[in-house]
Amino acid sequence: MAASQAVFADTGIKARLMVGMEVHVELSTRSKMFTSAPNVAHPDYYEAGPNTLCDPVVLGMPGVLPVINKRAVEMSMLVGLALGCEIAKQTKWDRKSYYYPDLPKNYQISQYDQPLCHDGQVDIPMDGEGTKTIRIIRAHLEEDAGKLMHEGPGGVKIDHSIVDLNRAGTPLLEIVTEPDFDSAQQAVTFGQTLRNICRSLGVSEGIMQKGHMRFEPNINVIIEKDGQTYKTPIVEIKNLNSFKALHGAIEYEYQRQIEDWLETGRVMKSGAKSTRGWDDVKMVTVLQREKEEAHDYRYFPDPDLVPVVVDDAWIERVRAELPELPLVREKRYTEQLGLNVKDARALIDEPKVCKFFEEVLSAGVEPKRAAAMLLNYGAKRANERGCAIHELGVTPGQIKEIAELAAADKIGSSAADELFGHCCDPRNQGQTAEALAEKHGLLQVSDTGALEGYVKEVLANPKNAKIVGDIQDGKDKAIGALLGQVMKLSKGQANPKLVGDMIKQQVRGS
Amino acid sequence: MDPTKTTLVELRDAIAAKKVSATEATRAYLGRIDRHNGPLHAYHETYADRALQRAADVDGGKITGPLAGVPISIKDNLCTEYGHTTCSSKMLENFQAPYTATAVVKLEQAGAIVLGKTVLDEFAMGSSTENSAFGPARNPWDTQRVPGGSSGGAAAAIAADLCAGSIGSDTGGSIRQPAALCGVVGLKPTYGRVSRYGLVAFASSLDQIGPLTHTVADAALMLQVISGQDPKDSTSAGVPVPDYTEQLDSPPQGLRIGIAKQYLSDANHPAVKRAIDQAVAVYRDAGARIVDVDLPHTEYGISTYYLVAPAEASSNLARYDGVRYGRRSPESTDLISLYSRSRAEGFGEEVQRRIMLGTYALSSGYYDAYYVRALKVRRLIKQDFDAAFESCDAILCPTTPGPAFRFGEKTDSPLAMYLNDVYTVNANMAGIPGISLLGGFASPDGLSHTDGGGLPVGVQFLGPLFEEAKLLRIARLYEAAAGYTHARPSLT
Repeated sequence: MAASQAVFADTGIKARLMVGMEVHVELSTRSKMFTSAPNVAHPDYYEAGPNTLCDPVVLGMPGVLPVINKRAVEMSMLVGLALGCEIAKQTKWDRKSYYYPDLPKNYQISQYDQPLCHDGQVDIPMDGEGTKTIRIIRAHLEEDAGKLMHEGPGGVKIDHSIVDLNRAGTPLLEIVTEPDFDSAQQAVTFGQTLRNICRSLGVSEGIMQKGHMRFEPNINVIIEKDGQTYKTPIVEIKNLNSFKALHGAIEYEYQRQIEDWLETGRVMKSGAKSTRGWDDVKMVTVLQREKEEAHDYRYFPDPDLVPVVVDDAWIERVRAELPELPLVREKRYTEQLGLNVKDARALIDEPKVCKFFEEVLSAGVEPKRAAAMLLNYGAKRANERGCAIHELGVTPGQIKEIAELAAADKIGSSAADELFGHCCDPRNQGQTAEALAEKHGLLQVSDTGALEGYVKEVLANPKNAKIVGDIQDGKDKAIGALLGQVMKLSKGQANPKLVGDMIKQQVRGS
Repeated sequence: MDPTKTTLVELRDAIAAKKVSATEATRAYLGRIDRHNGPLHAYHETYADRALQRAADVDGGKITGPLAGVPISIKDNLCTEYGHTTCSSKMLENFQAPYTATAVVKLEQAGAIVLGKTVLDEFAMGSSTENSAFGPARNPWDTQRVPGGSSGGAAAAIAADLCAGSIGSDTGGSIRQPAALCGVVGLKPTYGRVSRYGLVAFASSLDQIGPLTHTVADAALMLQVISGQDPKDSTSAGVPVPDYTEQLDSPPQGLRIGIAKQYLSDANHPAVKRAIDQAVAVYRDAGARIVDVDLPHTEYGISTYYLVAPAEASSNLARYDGVRYGRRSPESTDLISLYSRSRAEGFGEEVQRRIMLGTYALSSGYYDAYYVRALKVRRLIKQDFDAAFESCDAILCPTTPGPAFRFGEKTDSPLAMYLNDVYTVNANMAGIPGISLLGGFASPDGLSHTDGGGLPVGVQFLGPLFEEAKLLRIARLYEAAAGYTHARPSLT
């Protein structure tokens, strides 16, 4: 923000950004929020064709009724607990009315005044060191709308609009924070933290391109000039679905609101919240709606649904499902397991890989070694194959064997990498790593008899006379040249440490 | 036997005993429909082929159950996978549902044969069927008069023996009021007793499906079949379903019948007053105690109802927008005109009036003054009944202030029409069960009473939540004493 302030240095003002966040998370339940139709946010249905995830409830047909998806409520409770929220003992459902073709009933079932989760707080890591606490006002459950499109698939021009209701009725958790962010980066970090939490809880895949998470920051600026404080009008930016857009929109608004204030002196009035959209191409925000009062949603309790009563036993059952949360885990990995922050985060960011890592640890592999193997040998191959590390096929038991073979000097580091690759090969399923090492000739030769033969052959080669002389003169570095030749003769299977010792001993006689 | 001149239970037994076949019974009713539906317009459409096929399956032993072979009708706001579900509205004139209402599924699983769908006030909003977009049903006792509403087609169908039993829906009296005006039995069960899945919603917190029949025993049998919790309706109750048909003829011991002064207005028709007096005498003679109960918030029922019901309706009917199904205006040029023209063309005047009323009541700035206050009064009305049922087993009261009125008599004044539901709406507000029975007759000029013939008037019994079993036994006591069970209009 220092840079931003500099722009206005000559105006004699001090400006502080103030941002609150509304985040929508699509929950990845198997079925929709209020019916058994499949949920497009569940991985099994990502590729479903338009309007195939529909039933009479999704279509809002006459006489059909909503029924609550209990798992969606539990997933929301999980997120609420992870964000330190209170879980309401009783929560109800309200209808939010507005007409739009992607909203089949022309009302959305939401929670107006009794959200499922409220009053929480969560720590986010700060740029430099330490963490910042963000207060959560509420997290409530609702149903998503479908999608209205004004061009055909592949950008084909059409003279009408088309609607895809696959997304209609997907469980949507809306999380609302206090205005606790004073930089765009903090808002982004919160979004990333929340994404990591949701992924580690298994309540969302968090794929931004699919709209699994959408951000709506509420932004204004506190300006101090000549000892007076002014607040610019609050602007809500709608539907940001990438961290880049979130960052860009907040930065842009910060500048725009200060400029607007300098020009017009406009300040915040109660109820006067305007809504803007983000233009990803021009990198500017665009006014959508001037006043919130333009909409009267006519909220009232949905008479088709009964309130959900949450007793302590239910909360405790859900709490028991809570895994170790990402920030706690990061602390444990770095402080107790000795991993560096980069490796720890790389593992934690992929909950399934992280689970696999924990299995490797349980198999008895030393943590740093396990992390290194997964993030080097594993990541490289996963990347090539376009899959995740835990999907490669190598088992924790094989990884343990590879680690043990290396520790016992039975394989070198390049052989370990290659062996890891063989373990990933589906044709080698069910074989031990040791058997594969043997089969592919990766085991180092530590048989002194065989090695001595190679060493003698190399030392006897007249071309090496000068090198042998250097070694005799105490130049250890020269050993490397001969070592290379021995390795070559042994087809890379010689144990290099043993060979080095052998050369020294033979040349220097000690 | 003539299968159309009997009761549902008797017909069921006759078919089971093979004294008459389901096919004969179905043909007999279809024949009567052919002869009489023209002038009465009780049915909007019939399913003769399907009905006869099912009847053949009953006769062939492929379909069995407690209603095997019994021809019934259902109100045209209950969705079925066959035929149309129109709600007597142009909006849904060509609508075919891809699902069947749970209550109808249960009836058919029990072996009932659906003959067709009956006319109603559009979206069940009205008390005369004059709000049907396809013309009203007519009262078999006097075709110049309304059959009541909104389940007017159902009541007319029963009264004219165009089916052995009928299923309607009751949001503010829509089963009981037409039952009274057509001289048949109409039962509104406790809210949550019967699944609403597949019933096109008018006001979700008030709507309840129930039977219209010739006798209390018929109503008990149909209630037995349609009751129970449904995973597709969160508001259906997990309360066990007792046997409503057993012990029907043994009156409850130590019976206390409540009389509320708020229901005994001087404006009630003389025949209505006489019906109540006669009913009181029946219970007194049977050794029951007649107790005065107080329902002080009764007078607020209609105004409260006309906030709650339209508020929910305005939201429930928002889905009819011309986008996915139902009427789409060919005149629309953009999204807003698609919405406004489709709805203006598809909805009749009364439906539009209630959508506007409800939208207003829910609007920001009016919500607290209207909707929230209405909910508070609704609670008070419920508390009135809770208190009253501490001292009585059922409340005896009129179903309507008077007999059937003439077509057009109340159409100029929505308020006069609304007031016809003054004695029925509060049962919906409180969620309690209510049953209307034939209680006597008004003279054809509508000015006094007769001892038979003329225009029927109803008596109503209101009971505590989920106490249908007792309520039916109480009603049966009256029915047995009054002896109106076989009263029928003479059709030309």
